[in-house]
Amino acid sequence: MKNTVAEIKHLKKSFGTKNVLKDISLKLEKGENLVVLGKSGSGKSVLIKCLVGLIQPDSGEVDLFGKEISELTNQELNVLRKKVGFLFQSAALYDSMTVRENLEFPLRDLPSADTTDTEALVRDALKNVGLEEAIDKMPSELSGGMIKRVGLARTLILKPDIILYDEPTTGLDPITSKEISKLILEVQQKYNTASIIITHDVPCARITANRILIIKEGVFIAEGTFDELSASEDEWIRSFFI
Amino acid sequence: MTNKSAIDEGAPSDQSVSINAVKAAFEEIGQMTRFTMRFFKEVLKPRYEFRALLKQSYIIGYKSFPLIAITGLIMGLVLTIQTRPTLASFGAESWLPGMVSLSIIREIGPVIAALIFAGKVGSGIGAELASMKVTEQIDAMEVSGLNPFKYLVVTRVLATTLMLPVLVIAADAVSLFGSYLAINLKGDISFQLFFSQAFAAITFTDVFPAIIKTFFFGFSVGIIGCYKGYNSVKGTEGVGAAANSAVVIGSLAVFITDMIAVQLTSLFT
Repeated sequence: MKNTVAEIKHLKKSFGTKNVLKDISLKLEKGENLVVLGKSGSGKSVLIKCLVGLIQPDSGEVDLFGKEISELTNQELNVLRKKVGFLFQSAALYDSMTVRENLEFPLRDLPSADTTDTEALVRDALKNVGLEEAIDKMPSELSGGMIKRVGLARTLILKPDIILYDEPTTGLDPITSKEISKLILEVQQKYNTASIIITHDVPCARITANRILIIKEGVFIAEGTFDELSASEDEWIRSFFI
Repeated sequence: MTNKSAIDEGAPSDQSVSINAVKAAFEEIGQMTRFTMRFFKEVLKPRYEFRALLKQSYIIGYKSFPLIAITGLIMGLVLTIQTRPTLASFGAESWLPGMVSLSIIREIGPVIAALIFAGKVGSGIGAELASMKVTEQIDAMEVSGLNPFKYLVVTRVLATTLMLPVLVIAADAVSLFGSYLAINLKGDISFQLFFSQAFAAITFTDVFPAIIKTFFFGFSVGIIGCYKGYNSVKGTEGVGAAANSAVVIGSLAVFITDMIAVQLTSLFT
C-alpha cells in the first residue's frame, strides 16, 4: 500500500501580475525520488518553498504527513519542519560559522537526549558525504561541490523523512554533478527518504528519479519515468532529453 | 486631443505621487512597529540565546571601542580649543573644565557616540542580515524549525541596547581626557584640579538622564538595522540599500529620541 508523506492540491501562486503556479497538484510517496523538471523561471523553486511554508500560496492545500500546514501554529509547523530537510540551491551555509557549527545548528532545539553525542552526529553526517576532514573549515574555504555536500550533510543530520532539493547540481561541473546525483540516490536508499528534486539537469534526473513531473508555465504537463518521458511524442518534452 | 495631453493623462499626477509616498511611509512605519512588537514578544520567551548575545556584545561593543574612543578624544580636544577663546574674552577661563564636561556628558558625548555607533554598527547589522536573507541563510534557519528572529534579531538588538551606554561612558571619559590635554596645550592645569573642576559642575541629574537615553539610542539603532536587513529585498542591490537606510534612519531616530529625552528631562529638572 502506498504511503503518502506530502500532498499538494490545486496550488496557485502569483507575484504581482505574474501567475507562477496556476494549478499544481502532486503526491509524494514514502521512499520515492520525485523529480520536477522544467525550464528556469517555471515556478519549480516556488513550489517546494510553498511546501514548507516559506512562501504562502494564494490558494490550494499543502499537506505534510497528513496535516494541512496552513492550519498549524508556528510551533506545530516548526515541529513538522524538523522532519523535512531542505537543500537550497546555494546550500545556504551560515557563512559566519564553521562546518561543525553549521551542522550543530539544527540540533540546538532538540531534546538533550537526542544531542548527547553531537560530535558523533556531526562526524557521521560529514562521513556520509565524504567530507570529515572539512569539519573545522569555514564555508569560504570550500569549493562549490564541497559546499553542496556540507549543505546535504546539514540537511541529513536531523534524519528527515522528506528531503527537498532545490537545483542540487546547478553551477557544478559535470563530474561533481554526477557525484552529487549519486549521493542523492545513496541517501534515498540508505535512509528510505522521500525526496522532491527540483532541477533542469537531465543527467541528474536520470540518476535520481523514480518518477518525473514536467512543469511548464505553472502547470504540470507530463508525468512518467525517465524512459517514458524521453520517448514522449511531444516534441517540447522530448527536447529536454536530447 | 494632442499627443502631449494624452501622455499627461497617462502619467501619474504630482498629487498621486505624493499620496503614494505618504502611504508607503505609513506602511513602513506600521511594519516597523509590528517588527518592534515582535521583538518584545520574542525577548521574553525561552529559549534565551545567551551565547549569541555574548558574541554580539563582543562584536558590537568591544570592537566598536577604538573608533568611539578616538572620536571621543578628538571631540574633547576640539570642544575645548573652540570654547576657550569665548570664555577667555569674559575672563572666565577657569570655567572651561566645568563647561566642557557638562556639554560632553549631557549632550555631545551621547549623541556623537550614538551617531558613530549608527554608522558602524547599524550599517553592519543591516548589511549582514540583508546578505543572509539574499543567500537564503535566514530561510535555511526557518526550514530547520528554528526561530531566526530570536537568534538574529533579539540578540543583536539586546546587544546594541546594552553596549551603547557602556561605550558612551567610555567615550565621555576619553573625551574629558582630551579636554584636559587641550587645556594643557595653552595653559597648565593638574590632572586632579581639572577633574575636580569638571566633576564639581556635574550633578546626578546631568549624568543619569544622559545615560538612560543612550539605552534608547542603542535600541533604535539595533531595531532599525535589524528591520532593514531582515526585510531586505531585490538581491545584492537590497544589501546596499539596507545598510544605507539603516544608517540614515538610525541616525534620524537618535536625534528624534534625543529631542524627546531633552523635553522629558526638562520637565523634571
